[in-house]
Formats: sequence, C-alpha cells, structure tokens
Amino acid sequence: MTDPIAATALRATRLGRRFRKGWALRDCGFDLPAGRITALVGPNGAGKSTLFHLATGLLRPTEGEIRVFGADPVTAEARDRTAFLSQDKPLYTGFTVAETLRFGRELNRSWDAATAERVVRAGNIPLDARVGTLSQGQRTRIALALAFAKRPDLLLLDEPLADLDPLVRIEVMGLVMAEVADRGITVVMSSHVLSELENVCDHVLLLAHGGVRLQGDAQQLCEDHLRLTGLADPSRKGGLPSGLDGVDVVESSVTGRQLTALLRTDGRPVDACADDRWVTDIPSLEDLLLAYLRSAPAATPSSDKEAAA
Amino acid sequence: MIVFRIDRRSGVATYLQLAHQVRQALRLGVLKPGDRLPTAKDVVEATAINPNTVLKAYRELEREGLVEPRPGQGTFVRRSLARPEAAVGSPLRTELTEWVVRARDAGLERADIAALTDAVLDEWFSSTQVSKQVKPPPEPSLPPHPSPQSMEEDT
Repeated sequence: MTDPIAATALRATRLGRRFRKGWALRDCGFDLPAGRITALVGPNGAGKSTLFHLATGLLRPTEGEIRVFGADPVTAEARDRTAFLSQDKPLYTGFTVAETLRFGRELNRSWDAATAERVVRAGNIPLDARVGTLSQGQRTRIALALAFAKRPDLLLLDEPLADLDPLVRIEVMGLVMAEVADRGITVVMSSHVLSELENVCDHVLLLAHGGVRLQGDAQQLCEDHLRLTGLADPSRKGGLPSGLDGVDVVESSVTGRQLTALLRTDGRPVDACADDRWVTDIPSLEDLLLAYLRSAPAATPSSDKEAAA
Repeated sequence: MIVFRIDRRSGVATYLQLAHQVRQALRLGVLKPGDRLPTAKDVVEATAINPNTVLKAYRELEREGLVEPRPGQGTFVRRSLARPEAAVGSPLRTELTEWVVRARDAGLERADIAALTDAVLDEWFSSTQVSKQVKPPPEPSLPPHPSPQSMEEDT
C-alpha cells in the first residue's frame, strides 16, 4: 500500500543535533507518511526525545533540517498543525481541570473547546478537580484533551503509556485511535512496550546510536524478513547455511545444536533455506523490532561512526 | 450490536480475528441482516487498535458478500449465517450443552473438551489433514481425471 503521491508529514534530511556530550542524532534521513501511525522505537539514549524536540521546534538542529508538512517547525504554520505530548506530561498541578482547559484556549490560535470537554467528560473527570489530585491516567487524558483541542494534523506522543496501568493504557490508546479514525491525523509515538505497538502502528522508525536503523511500512518490513530456525551447520562459522551471500543477517545465534537467525531478504526467495532442514517464517513486528534492538547494543553516539551509515 | 475482543497473543492477524467474530455473530444470530456493524471509531476506541485494521476486516466481509458499506451511514449486514438448528433452545444445542456439562463434571478441562470435539469433527468432516480417520466421510466429488490423451497434448 505504498502510494507514491502520499503526502509526507515529517521529513528529515541529514538531520543532526549535537549536545555538549556529543551527537544525540546524526545524519538522519526519513519520510513519515501522512495519515499513518508511526512507531518510534530505540534503546534509551537513541535520540527519540531529541527527535521529538526537533520536530516541535523546541530544539534547533545542529545540521540538516526537519520539516512538518514541508514547513520549518518554528513557523506558526507548522506549530498550528502539531501537538506534542512529552513524556512528563507537564500540567500545572495547582490548576483545576477547567482552568487548564481555559489556559489551553488562551495559548492556542485555534481551539476546539467542545472536543476538549468531550474527552474530559468521557473520563468522568470533574471540571473543578485540581490537576494535582488526579491519577496518572486522568492526567494523561487531560493532556490528550489539550492536544486534541488544537485539532492537530500531526500528533507526537513521547512514551504516552509509561506509568499507566493496563486498563488505562487501552483507554488512552483507544482515545488516540478514535481521533485517528475520526480525523485521519498522523501520529508518531515512541514506546518501549513493543507488544502494544503491534496492533496500533502501521509504520516504523527505529533509531539506534543516534541514527536511523530501520524504517518503512510495518507489514512490508515484516514480509521483507525471514525468521530461520534449524540445525546449525557445524562446518560453517556461525552455523548459518551456505548461499546467504547478499542476504543481510540481522542477528543469529546458536543454542546447543539449534540455530535461529533473522534475515533481511527483501522478499527474494533464499535457496539456502528452502530445503526442509530449515523452518522459515515471517517474523511478527515485535520479533523484528527486538532483533534490531538486540543487534544495536548501547553505545555512545559520538564515538560510533558506523551508526549513521 | 457486537463487541470485539482482541487476543494479542493468538498469533492470528487482528483483522482476521475481527472478521471471524462477525461471522460467529452471524452464525449465532447475534447479528441479523440490516444490522449496522460498529463504526471503525467505536471499535478502535474500545480496543485500541489501528482503524485500518477494522476497515480491512470489513472489506474482507464485504468480499464474502456478508456485509455492505452504505456511504455516509456505515457498514450493514447483508445476509445471515444463522442456522435455526443451532439456535439457543434448539434440540441439537440443548443436547450439546448437556454433553459439555457431563464432560466437565467428568473432570475434563476446556482444552480437553475442545480437543475431543475437534478430533470427532475431524473424523466426520474432511479437513486439510486427512489422516487417522476411523470412518472416512463420503468422498467429495473429485474432478474427473484428465484423460491420457489430453496429458499427451500438453507435453
């Protein structure tokens, strides 16, 4: 389902950002299609939060550029179309819910008060309650109410489900998905809970070492890979079958006599795995992301020149 | 109306789970012709899945002729899969319920009962794996073998 004329919501070109301790992001290039739900995945320190801050104009790039629907994130045009929910969900704890909503209305040029109130009421949150007295789940709902009331075209969510109990996670994701169904907005969300991304996200951007390690349509990426299981070939280094030239081995390991490996085949048939000594199947998205995360051990971005390759 | 459940550990694609549950509801008479399926928004709000997954399931059901989209109104059931023989209160269902209760009282777990019924079903209905059948079901009518002449023509 790759539509060549589909609009790009977020585009980075040779994007880099350096802090005092080194590069947090370096030489990043990606296109995130509009109307899709992108999973932003990566180990801690991979540059996910930096990327969100660059996309919202809270940080400026050291090199390269990032564009929101073609506009620089610091322009009013881009800001009006973007809503960002940061990991710590900053709200004034001394405000009541009603005051928080009014605050949002005063600060934004476009504001849909009905949407904000609908989201708050659906959570049975009294408007006169102080934000400081609310649960984490209720605070997340208030933060989402503020985000939705902006009527954004691009919604950026940094770890929206952290600190929430399982029921509230479904409730919060349900809210976001309903907004997607209703208005076709583009969502980019980061999460460490890979199993929760599987049913939600249809696009993937995986960062490691401050660079892009994997990106594309979620379904297509799964089909481009092969999970291989079988009897390790003791005569060969790593136990992999012969004839894998030109196939990218994402990870492979031998346990006892058994070899398991994840290969990037890009849909081409791999003769070496065709015989019945090998069991091959298409990995799940969680499987795939885990393999890429495991194959990218933590390293300091500044000292790793290969990361951006 | 129908409420969807998503089994995230089943390994079955989510859109297939949704389509299966609609078919099940049609079979049980929970959904009837003319009923409206829940909107994608309703489904995703309750289940927290990608809206496209719901649309994909509905397209699948549409391809099977079970439902039809009506622009601006939603997706509606076209035909039922209900069998009166299987409805609540029917003799067959009552007998099966009694049997399940007996099996449970005999100490069988849900999985044991499912395995047992599957095994008996496999004996009586041809499936993809036609093995270990005690009483083979009547052979489905096979297409006639190609005549030797036509095979020679091919080569």
